[in-house]
Amino acid sequence: MYKGGTGQWAYFLHRLSGAAIFLYLLIHIVDTALLGWGPKYFNYMMQLYTHPLFKLGEIGLFAAVLFHALNGLRICIFDFWVGATRYHSQIFWGAMVLFSVIFLPVFYIMIQRVHF
Amino acid sequence: MQGNVAGGRGRPQDKFELRAWFFMRISGVILAVLAIGHLFIMHVFNSIENIDYQFVVERWKTPFWRTYDFVMLVLAMMHGTNGIRVLIGDYVRSPGKKLFALSSLYTLSFIILALGAIILFTFKAVG
Repeated sequence: MYKGGTGQWAYFLHRLSGAAIFLYLLIHIVDTALLGWGPKYFNYMMQLYTHPLFKLGEIGLFAAVLFHALNGLRICIFDFWVGATRYHSQIFWGAMVLFSVIFLPVFYIMIQRVHF
Repeated sequence: MQGNVAGGRGRPQDKFELRAWFFMRISGVILAVLAIGHLFIMHVFNSIENIDYQFVVERWKTPFWRTYDFVMLVLAMMHGTNGIRVLIGDYVRSPGKKLFALSSLYTLSFIILALGAIILFTFKAVG
């Protein structure tokens, strides 16, 4: 079914990152909904999120969403442009380079806010 | 179902599945812009250090950000729910467990989506 190699890894990581993002999304909507009960509960929740473990998780969240988005766009290229198969490996590595170019500066900014 | 070389699911034959397949791609492209924009604004340019109740009060004064957040909420929940539906279809074999997993998923998604939408539409600053 699959040609193996990069496609198979991307397939697995796409499902894993998607499920993880969805789980976070559910929690995130509930914490945002605390706004409806005034500043007290919402600000308390935001205070909890300043914990270094949450801040590390936040970096992981950014990486998961960025990977899922870029890989999803990559999949769309193959779905709607038949000739793309010829450039399979260039498009895959192009997406990975784009991931690094965006993620590295973001990582540099976000990691400086993590204080144990 | 024939997969493609990129590791995506091939275009399905079934009418519902084909619509879901298109939905995932269209909502995915929109979400790539909205969600990554949201991440940059809330987690890179701003951060948990300066985001509090007052921050959201200011942000939601403008209909633009309420609309942005609403479109993102609806698309993300539908995209995510459909994604988990596909995972359940692929990995849960027993029909009883599948029924349980799918009904739990739809119930949970509906409640969370409704909760998010209600807050977005009814939020008024206090204090």
